[in-house]
Amino acid sequence: MAVPKKKTSKSRKNMRRAHDFLTPPNASTCPQCKAPKLPHRACPSCGTYKGKEVLKAEDL
Amino acid sequence: MRHNNAGRRLGRTTSHRVAMFRNMVTSFLNHEKITTTDAKAKELRSIAEKMITLGKKGDLHAMRQAAAYIRDKKVVTKLFTTIAPRYKERPGGYTRIIKLGIRPGDNAPVSIIELVEEELKAKSESKPAKKTTAKKAAPKPAPAATVQADVLSSEPVAEETLKTHVVEGDEACEAKAD
Ligand SMILES: [Zn+2]
Repeated sequence: MAVPKKKTSKSRKNMRRAHDFLTPPNASTCPQCKAPKLPHRACPSCGTYKGKEVLKAEDL
Repeated sequence: MRHNNAGRRLGRTTSHRVAMFRNMVTSFLNHEKITTTDAKAKELRSIAEKMITLGKKGDLHAMRQAAAYIRDKKVVTKLFTTIAPRYKERPGGYTRIIKLGIRPGDNAPVSIIELVEEELKAKSESKPAKKTTAKKAAPKPAPAATVQADVLSSEPVAEETLKTHVVEGDEACEAKAD
């Protein structure tokens, strides 16, 4: 059975994990309520998209 | 080559998929606006626009073709009498998809698909049309904003900031409209 010959050092381990990061979503701001929102989507806080209301208040 | 690879299978057998879209296009033309997943909305767009094109043709053959797909005869008459005449001048593009974000539960991206409202005067007289829409738009956000504040008041921390945001948004809207 294949078995590691040496213990992986902290340095090796951390170098391996150097690329294991999450990138934040690139949020834009809503022109109506200035809340952060995802681009090309209706604003979840005020329910508008391109200045028009798309969601009723009870859906929010 | 991606010949004959158009369309999404949506994890369904052909019969299941066809049955689903017949149901969906019937509900969509009946309600004129439905909420569904992004992928289904994009597939439905193509089917619904073809149905409206049949409606614009308006002859008996077109009506029979539409009735062979749409499940409700009332919806067929609605398509031919009220929906199709609205888009007499519009060369396609009768639907609009607005993405709403992800659905809690299965994390599926959800969107609204709706029939576009016909604005005939928008191009011919841009300036007066703009003014009238501005006047109409200005009072509208105010009641919406109050409702917003009421709904969001369940979160006492965010309430104050949100209220100010809503007011700012209103002013910005009016400024833009002017
Ligand atoms: Zn907003």
